[in-house]
Amino acid sequence: MERKKVVVIGAGVVGASIVRVLSQYNELDVYLLEKNVDAGMGVSKANTAIIHPGHEDDPKKCPLRAKLCVRGNRLWHQWVKELGIPAKFPGELMIAIEEDDLKVAEHYLELAQKNGVPGVRLVDNEELRKLEPNVNPNVAGALWAPTAGVMDSPMAAPALVENAVANGVRFFPETEVQGIKIENGEVKGVKTNKGFIEADIIINAAGLYSDKISKMAGIDYFTVHPRKGEYYVFDDDATPKVTRILHQTPTPVTKGVYVITEMHDGLMIGPTAEDLPEDAKEDTSTTKEGLDFVWEWAQKLVKELPPKNKVIRTFAGLRPEPPDGRWIIEAYDDPWGFINAAGIRSPGFTSAPAIAYYIVEELIQKKLDIKLTKKSHWNPYRRAYWFKDLPPEKQNELIKQDPAYGNVVCMCREITEGEIVNVITRMKSMGVKIITLDGIKMRTGAMAGTCQGSYCRIRIARIIARETGIPLWEVSFRGKGTEYGIGDVKVLLRGNGGDKNAE
Amino acid sequence: MSEIRHFKLTCIICPLGCEIEVKMEGDKIVEITGFGCPKGRDYAIQEVIAPKRVVMSVIKVNKGDFPTVSVKTDKPVPKELIPVIMKELAKIEVEAPVKIGQVIIGNVANSGANIIATRPSRKVLPVS
Amino acid sequence: MQNDYDVVVIGGGPAGLAAAIRARELGLRVLLLENRETLGGIPLQCIHPGFGLHYFKEDLTGTEFIYRFIYKFLDMEIEHYTGAHVVSIEPFSDLEKRLRVVTSKGVLDITTTTVIYTTGARERHLFEIGITGHRPAGVYTAGEAQTMMDIDGIMPGKEIVIVGSGDVGLIMARRFALEGAHVKAVIEIMSYPGGLTRNVVQCLQDFGIPLYLSHAVTRIEGTTKVEKVILTKVDENLRPVPGTEKEIECDTVVIAAGLVPYLKVLERAGVIIDPATKGPVVNEHLETSIPGIFVAGNALVINDLVDYVVEQGELAAESAYLYIQNKGIPTKKWRKLVKGRNIRLIVPHYLSGDNDVIIYARVQKPEENVKLHFPEINKEIKLPFVKPAEMIRIKLRKEDITKAKDKITMEVVLNE
Repeated sequence: MERKKVVVIGAGVVGASIVRVLSQYNELDVYLLEKNVDAGMGVSKANTAIIHPGHEDDPKKCPLRAKLCVRGNRLWHQWVKELGIPAKFPGELMIAIEEDDLKVAEHYLELAQKNGVPGVRLVDNEELRKLEPNVNPNVAGALWAPTAGVMDSPMAAPALVENAVANGVRFFPETEVQGIKIENGEVKGVKTNKGFIEADIIINAAGLYSDKISKMAGIDYFTVHPRKGEYYVFDDDATPKVTRILHQTPTPVTKGVYVITEMHDGLMIGPTAEDLPEDAKEDTSTTKEGLDFVWEWAQKLVKELPPKNKVIRTFAGLRPEPPDGRWIIEAYDDPWGFINAAGIRSPGFTSAPAIAYYIVEELIQKKLDIKLTKKSHWNPYRRAYWFKDLPPEKQNELIKQDPAYGNVVCMCREITEGEIVNVITRMKSMGVKIITLDGIKMRTGAMAGTCQGSYCRIRIARIIARETGIPLWEVSFRGKGTEYGIGDVKVLLRGNGGDKNAE
Repeated sequence: MSEIRHFKLTCIICPLGCEIEVKMEGDKIVEITGFGCPKGRDYAIQEVIAPKRVVMSVIKVNKGDFPTVSVKTDKPVPKELIPVIMKELAKIEVEAPVKIGQVIIGNVANSGANIIATRPSRKVLPVS
Repeated sequence: MQNDYDVVVIGGGPAGLAAAIRARELGLRVLLLENRETLGGIPLQCIHPGFGLHYFKEDLTGTEFIYRFIYKFLDMEIEHYTGAHVVSIEPFSDLEKRLRVVTSKGVLDITTTTVIYTTGARERHLFEIGITGHRPAGVYTAGEAQTMMDIDGIMPGKEIVIVGSGDVGLIMARRFALEGAHVKAVIEIMSYPGGLTRNVVQCLQDFGIPLYLSHAVTRIEGTTKVEKVILTKVDENLRPVPGTEKEIECDTVVIAAGLVPYLKVLERAGVIIDPATKGPVVNEHLETSIPGIFVAGNALVINDLVDYVVEQGELAAESAYLYIQNKGIPTKKWRKLVKGRNIRLIVPHYLSGDNDVIIYARVQKPEENVKLHFPEINKEIKLPFVKPAEMIRIKLRKEDITKAKDKITMEVVLNE
């Protein structure tokens, strides 16, 4: 059987899920291209981190979203275990604030039944308060969806790629696609800043830039614009927290602000939904208006929020919004071999594993008629652990092997030097060339706790410098242009200029 | 007749921060007002005639347990020499070990002050 | 069964070193645990003078000051671990505390009669002061920038804006200027500088650095690297005044927005926290609400001077000694020290009347020609001025304290 070369563009959670699924087949050589220095540095790292149950989409309006979200939810239950991604499944309450909102909840109950979401039912105020003691006691009721979950979402794409690479996928970071070569109606490969890469199949999972990539293949009937969501995150000791995932019944104004307790035990509230112009694809800035909106709506859901001085971070993420909200997941006759997984807006994170299977089963195997067989030796597991969660005997074993495990570097999250060195080794073997502070943060949670890195960031930067043999100032947050410093402390005095104050 | 100049300064002798005004004719002080104590008066005179500061910085140290040693001038130096001294410090590196109080540069920039180490650096052997 | 130690000191900065040294001088069995790889804490990176004027009657740099303690500590061969992290403190009984500690030698389970907690403070960061906008590279806290420059010898940036005019912000402004960076502004939300006048003159005026009072940075711009900050004037309620926005281009923002006691492990152990100091509620022995756990230094209250930090460390050690001798602090009756007019915070919180006590306090707003007034005990102390930036440190005599029944109020009143 002839081998096929598959190039996947974009190492966000969608591209990363696709390559993980593709890595299960014998006949494919899979290349994952990413313009950033690492996987998961775009939209996948800043979102609500929810594994949705799948009852928010109308199968008539958005059939793919309706179908793939439910399957994605089921797959994540299994994938988070295989990949060692922290996750929990506390269930979700769609809250009807007023009596009238119950009708909206009923509508979603119908959708749940149509989409086959298990366990969804209406709960009255009394049961609601049992399910969620911190809920605003004055609300009318809620729709309960027990399969909903929360995961450590920034870790997902890196974990998926690491596992895919362990199964033979080749990862090329810092590789920006500049053009797609098509001959006789078939794709031949991609032109990149690093040279030409041949391909029989090209899968576009470029997130916010998926319209641009699609255009390169001659498919230009859609554009993707960014939709911004702003959030607050509270400290892990800030109370009250919530047990369940809370959000309100969608209204014409907002699909709903969520209140969750994220995987590092801090309350998180958000997002907004602000439509940005097409060219604002890097605008992840927060605004006073956006944050005020989040605060105001989150307050309606709970008895009380923790005090504002317990906020440790505000951030904004972007969602790639396609026209009419419809995902573009298609293979084409012309150019043959080009597949779009474009405009994957919410619930894209949840659906990513199902999108990956859909592409392999429905598009590659059926539509393109490529016969695939499963590997006998595919390894679904990524061994990951957190030192602080291990029993003392195991901790002592690790320290004995490497004393660096006894050096807690990030105090807020209790992350050790040994874990950071281990993560650096994993990043290198996955194909990451530039080890960044953000890369360490996504994988360990270090620098994201109470002190937001003011204590530990320099210690982690020192470890990166030592392990990669670069000067400390060249360590970067996320690659070129984001270096930690500009040179040694005398760099300005040695050069000309500078010194403006010392006159 | 010489030009008359007015200086306004904030006293730094104590946290009170008196606003002192000094009137000078040529290089003669003709009037001082606003000081709250004799020390403040002396400070104002020193500030308008020849302001002095202790300079502090760090310099690179090779093979030390810290990458830098911190240094200072062992007495206050005229303010206008600060940039000159900083340029001098940008040129040098030292080898570990360095002791606290060790003279790094004697009579720096002809100021009469020495640059001395204020933090030690122990020698560490390179780990292979 | 005997505990492993009489006292475990957590934190090897000035408070911890002073506490451990004093405890050893008193003959106690001491263990000190430090999280960093080196002893010394924050003064290790304070290369500027102004340390030790009270304690040593000399003007030392932070580095010179702390090395006197480090050398003394090492000479006394006090047992210690660096690179150690305390995971938990379990107050098992009044006479036994159980600690779990991660070290490069393994995970240790340690028992001790008393604990002195001297972990210092953390810096308030970007997200705690309401700055919105992008989150680009080039934003540092002042302490982080200080470590970068004065320990590691690297330069954070070239065009600097400093947010906050406390002493740390002012001192960093001077450090950047000295090393050839262009400090474009120091921005202070209050209508008065947060730091000492001395530092405003020597750190800003000497270098021609503009100080914007009653201004707040509301936004940072720059998707990759900092490009500029947006600042606005604020009104007397510290709210931005619309229409007063102004941009300053820069590549580096240094946040010097103050410190907060860092008490994660102690809070998990269950001590009661004073919302004003954000440190533990303590009695005059610096004992927290958990008997046998003492606290000193910036973990207790944010101090202006390292001399006070050391003084608290030594007192905590003496208190641990008293505790061990008497199997507990032998006081029967406590009088509460209460905040009155223009007092923002005050420690300690409870006084016995058995001892003279040093009181540390901070005011809410600057006032001149005032007196500290203690109505219940008929005591007055005249002061030429009070400022939030300057901690008040006064001694109350036991004869005075015993005049009060159950509370002593401290207030600032204007002189007639």
